[in-house]
Amino acid sequence: MTASTVEAAQSVVEPVRYWTRQRKVGVGLAAVGVVAALLFGSLATSRKAEFTLAETISGSAVGIDGTVGAVVFGVLAALAGAAMLVTARRWFGWLLGLGIVSALISFLCWQLSQAPDNLNTIPLGSVARSSVTLALPLILGALAGVLCERSAVINVAIEGQFLMGAFAAAMFTTLAGSVWVGILAAGAGGLIIALLLAVLAIRFLVDQVVLGVVLNVFALGLTGFLYEQLMAKDQSKYNQPTFVPEWDIPGLSKIPLIGPALFKGNIFLYGAIVLVILIHVGLFYTRWGLRTRAVGEHPAAADTLGVKVLALRYRNVLVGGLVAGFGGAYFTLLSTTNFNKNMTSGLGFVALAALIFGRWSPIGSMLAALFFGFCSALAFSLGSINSPIPSQFLNMLPYIATIIAVAGLVGRVRAPAADGTPYIKG
Amino acid sequence: MANDDISLTVEPGEIHALLGENGAGKSTLMNVLYGLLQPDEGEILVDDKPVQIRGPRDAIAAGIGMVHQHFMLVPVFTVAENVMLGAEQTTGGPIGFLDRRRARKLVREVSDRYRLAVDPDRTVEDLPVGVQQRVEIVKALTREVDLLILDEPTAVLTPQETEDLLEIMRTLKAAGKSIVFITHKLKEVKAIADRITVIRRGRTVGTAPPDTSEEELASLMVGRSVLLRVDKGASEAGAAVLDVAGFAVNDDRGHRAVDGVDLTVRAGEVLGIAGVQGNGQTELIEAIMGLRPVVAGTATLDGRPMHGLSTREILRAGVGYVPEDRSVDGLVKDFTVAENLVLDIYNTEPYGTRWVVRPEAIAESARARIEQFDVRTDASGQATVGTLSGGNQQKVIVAREFSRPLKLFIAAQPTRGVDVGSIEFIHRQIVHERGEGTAVLLVSSELDEVLALADRVAVMYRGRVIAVVSPDTPREEIGLLMAGVTTDDPATARTGSEDD
Repeated sequence: MTASTVEAAQSVVEPVRYWTRQRKVGVGLAAVGVVAALLFGSLATSRKAEFTLAETISGSAVGIDGTVGAVVFGVLAALAGAAMLVTARRWFGWLLGLGIVSALISFLCWQLSQAPDNLNTIPLGSVARSSVTLALPLILGALAGVLCERSAVINVAIEGQFLMGAFAAAMFTTLAGSVWVGILAAGAGGLIIALLLAVLAIRFLVDQVVLGVVLNVFALGLTGFLYEQLMAKDQSKYNQPTFVPEWDIPGLSKIPLIGPALFKGNIFLYGAIVLVILIHVGLFYTRWGLRTRAVGEHPAAADTLGVKVLALRYRNVLVGGLVAGFGGAYFTLLSTTNFNKNMTSGLGFVALAALIFGRWSPIGSMLAALFFGFCSALAFSLGSINSPIPSQFLNMLPYIATIIAVAGLVGRVRAPAADGTPYIKG
Repeated sequence: MANDDISLTVEPGEIHALLGENGAGKSTLMNVLYGLLQPDEGEILVDDKPVQIRGPRDAIAAGIGMVHQHFMLVPVFTVAENVMLGAEQTTGGPIGFLDRRRARKLVREVSDRYRLAVDPDRTVEDLPVGVQQRVEIVKALTREVDLLILDEPTAVLTPQETEDLLEIMRTLKAAGKSIVFITHKLKEVKAIADRITVIRRGRTVGTAPPDTSEEELASLMVGRSVLLRVDKGASEAGAAVLDVAGFAVNDDRGHRAVDGVDLTVRAGEVLGIAGVQGNGQTELIEAIMGLRPVVAGTATLDGRPMHGLSTREILRAGVGYVPEDRSVDGLVKDFTVAENLVLDIYNTEPYGTRWVVRPEAIAESARARIEQFDVRTDASGQATVGTLSGGNQQKVIVAREFSRPLKLFIAAQPTRGVDVGSIEFIHRQIVHERGEGTAVLLVSSELDEVLALADRVAVMYRGRVIAVVSPDTPREEIGLLMAGVTTDDPATARTGSEDD
């Protein structure tokens, strides 16, 4: 057959370009390292910067001279970047990680050497724990997004689902005196928004982004109204939820750094871990996942093979609503003690950013959410050592990272091809 | 109504060609058979038993498979994943874990049995179109269909790939499968079909044996006798009008799509560019029109450099342009015919000024041009252009472009998705324009069209013009060129290609 000739002729090797993405990133990282060494090194004082793996700043810590630390770790970051030029593809992830962590330590050396006495210690255990805790709603929200958007329904209403979940959790936990009832109610709260999203987007073909924004406003208005009508009038009857219990895993929770972060958790932490694994395995190793991804990429192809496109979308959007509602319960059952108007304050949109930064994958979204959580935790820590840098700058970091990621500088970010497009038969 | 009282019988082990113009209702009929559309009347019998086909699942269960004109493949999936979708091999149990090993094995088996040479582990988007089509065939065969519907399967293939496909169809026939082969290409029908059913305007107009002459089939298809050959005199080529040298252009993804192209189009000649779609033709034309940045090289129009000119300035300099995708780049679908006819000159006298447009002047000129170019719409041109058939939409574009005095006319796929009658008309217009001394640059993925119109044929492959030949060159030779096989040593090229 002549086909082989055609293929052979068409598979001409592309000329190998020197400036691969890895090498470009390497140059960027080297530049960051040099800047860190020079800038942080010159700004830092020669007082000690101390690091401890514990959750508090009392107790033993590793110390280093501020200037020396800032310069050494800055140079280390620059070296990691330079190494990428040589190794190209190999060890890219490791070198990148090493470089970023080094640049960060360089920065911290500067900050800590400026801190008042007794405060020049960073308790890494506590930073790790709050990073994970702050990431929890983002992980759950992003997972809801993965479920919807992998089957091509854009979910901008995560914020609204959070609010409904938070409200329902506060109210029903107080009424029933049980957080488990509250969590079930939170799922139902998210489900209400998801149902509206599904019917209007899939059945009535409403523009999904506009629809998501409208549903957020609706959720804000509804919870605000009910808050005024019920909760504000009688807080003790409607709005005094208890915290979810903490479940330590014996032994493991004693491990420094990751013990407090991962093994002194609660239903939200363990739930998020289980859901990430479940959705990852489901999406890439089961029939449901194959069909979901097919519907998200090319619904007509799935339809012509007898896959029920619309039913699958309904199911995924509704399950996504349950997950986001559960995430909403975090706000009233873990992070604060009661419901307040608009208490989610845009974190639903941050979850959306984590979804995109994580390239629509459950594990990627989780890592993105952890990164966002880490930035917030770090901003918080720096606040407690009286850093001269406004915490808003660190809080900006996740969004700058997302913009860079979406602009395609860090690899190609590709949404499911049919994302946001309603499917009309024929 | 797309189908009106159609009857079609396909025997076991038969290749049945369904011949008809674009819009005659061939695809509609097949979508009914495949359950994507529901018939208002009539019934479907499989093995003489009536069946209800409410969806693709029913069709597959009844033993009917379909290869769609636009492939129904998920580009980011592997071949095996595409094949298993909808009928997944799983390890059993309620969760349904995918058994990829079994799926791969099945693909390999079917691929080997029918000599399709499909690798289950390749990602579909990396495969050439011809192979993607074979993946579609594998998809149908793994579902054990007895009747395979191929909807315009050769539209996207090179002549060689078409030959391969015909060979595969013979293999399938020998294995007892029936095939419905939908096409409007007469040569292929005559090469492979056992029986031919011709459809016109949603009705069957006749069944013919394969030895019917092409002229006869064409007139059955169109309903009147048509001229298959364009009557054109010898070209009286004059001075060079468009001169392109060392052109390099990137595609949307930043890859080099045109890689050092030199071309000259002279006054009064048609230069045809032949080539399989996606070999840089689109980017070349768009770069000449100022719609896409030029990375390297120069283009001159009548000796004046075109570099830095806006598209409007290029048009005003006497260039006419029929873009490849009329619905996206050629027309504003929600505007009326009259408005679309003056898209290029709405702000010049007499149609308007910088500040106002004059609807009466626009309507008046629309009336004249609708008549002159035989656009089938209401005479005043107030219908929305999107409501016209493909052929008439294309005539609107051609009418617009030919209303200015032209030095150079660039036409990309001028007759894609256009009925035979309109093709004939558009071809005559192009030849007429050439007779007026206009230089014509024609890009078409239909080799027949290039050969019919061109005075010289440039073959593009992978961003380069690999040969410029006379249109009298044997089709096979041009076909090989389109596949990138240069004819320095045609003997080895052909032997090499038969080794598979």
